[in-house]
Amino acid sequence: MSEVQEPRGSFTFIGGEIDLDLKPPPTLESFYQFCGQRKLMGVRCESCEAVLLPPRMLCPRCGSSNSEWVELKGTGELLTYSVIHVAPATFQPLVPYAVGIVALAEGARLPGIIRVRPEDLRVGLELKIAFEPSTSKNWPSWPRYFFVRADTP
Amino acid sequence: MEGKPLASIVSAGISKFGRLEGKYSREIFSEAAKEAFERCPKLDPKKDVKALFVGQMSESFEHQGHAAPCLSDWIGLLPIPATRIETACASSGAALRCAILAIMSGLYDLVAVGGVEKMTHRTTSDVTEYLAMASDFPMEQWNGITFPSIFALMATAHMNQYGTTEEQMAMVAVKNHRHGCLNPKAHMQSEITVKQVMESRPVALPLKLFDCSPISDGASCLVITKPKLAKRFAEIPVDIIGTGQASDTIGLYERDNVTSMQVGRLAARQAYKMASMTPRRIDIAEVHDCFTIAEIIAYEDLGFCSPGEGGKLVEEEETQLSGRIPVNTSGGLKAKGHPVGATGAAQACEVYLQLTGQADRRQVKGASIGLTHNVGGSGATGVVHIYRRRD
Repeated sequence: MSEVQEPRGSFTFIGGEIDLDLKPPPTLESFYQFCGQRKLMGVRCESCEAVLLPPRMLCPRCGSSNSEWVELKGTGELLTYSVIHVAPATFQPLVPYAVGIVALAEGARLPGIIRVRPEDLRVGLELKIAFEPSTSKNWPSWPRYFFVRADTP
Repeated sequence: MEGKPLASIVSAGISKFGRLEGKYSREIFSEAAKEAFERCPKLDPKKDVKALFVGQMSESFEHQGHAAPCLSDWIGLLPIPATRIETACASSGAALRCAILAIMSGLYDLVAVGGVEKMTHRTTSDVTEYLAMASDFPMEQWNGITFPSIFALMATAHMNQYGTTEEQMAMVAVKNHRHGCLNPKAHMQSEITVKQVMESRPVALPLKLFDCSPISDGASCLVITKPKLAKRFAEIPVDIIGTGQASDTIGLYERDNVTSMQVGRLAARQAYKMASMTPRRIDIAEVHDCFTIAEIIAYEDLGFCSPGEGGKLVEEEETQLSGRIPVNTSGGLKAKGHPVGATGAAQACEVYLQLTGQADRRQVKGASIGLTHNVGGSGATGVVHIYRRRD
């Protein structure tokens, strides 16, 4: 391994540009590296066509290990939500904040923070994804994604 | 004959649930085991108990892993095999199932099974962090989804789909606090009103503080034997006649249906089938009310009512002590307390007490068939057992 090892308990983000041409493995790490490029990427099972998000090695539906990367539009509708008032330290400065499950246009679902005014929250609200760069050098140094109203400029 | 006995409970014990200051897991578990052993005078624990299965969720609370041999030592059972089972809040429900399978295998005549968790010595923020580990880390926790908010997501969906109200959820808490007042071992010993629940501070709306089970310390312990040996140890054994367990995705977001817990439905279906039972035959049930919405969903998943009717079932007082099917006579997780690893076996303890007529002021007259429903995390594990009194 050519990388200098970080001290125990920390983690070197694979970093650099993740490149589709290099056929990255269908892993959580790849998923978040793509998020770092503001891309929502999943894999589509070549056997049953299920869209797997986050990507996985084995399709939970049909068991196939053949899949290809697909870029998702990142738009969808709010299936359900909650407004959080008590949160762990990382998120406490945001309270009260909304979270929800978003049903994406391509069929997969994602949980996440919903940055809309509380009075606008309703099941069925049209949303789109947005990204925030990573702030941590220690594990996990993943970027974060969140959702905003679909009509946000 | 309907529902052949798989294994039989010949004794049960439970520690006080609540804030047990200055006591750690091994000591709290000793209290539960002591009660279980003393309740069964014909048992010689050192001679008769051939294996121990114990549920505990997290080593983070006490900085102590490898709990099973230590707990076994503390209750005087060395050197029998002792194994810890972990399926988050369903740990000791799953441990009970392992104990039943161990008896059914023929390898052991008699085993002990229990659970324990010591939680109250840590800050609320530490406890919530450890409990959140039962949900998905990379997608849920990392993206701001707290553990209570996962159940709040189910609640919003249930309200939207079926018209369930926050008041109906509050009625679950009110009922379970009323039951808890009749159980000297329960953490919460006071009645509350719907108004108090509604006005309690928001945690993850629509769930408020009094919709959530408390942080508690506690332990539970059962003695299980082969059905044909049961009468040797107890005048009235309780036969376990059905067991079911199922798994689902760790993340709520990956499930097709968030108004029900598939693991509850599947585990119940297995247990009912094995016991040749229907939901109508159940006299009492202990269900996993970690949050009030979870009890409403449990009614539906267990077939006590149709999907969407759970709110109405509690509102019409059908699940009160005096109702058609009393649920959580112990006070449930909400009022008895929820020391997570202890919960599943503690539910079985309550059913044992009820079916053997030892439930004192909360006794349901003539109860002969009981059910327990234990859920891990947000529904990635579900364990259901069905019990019958043997006269």
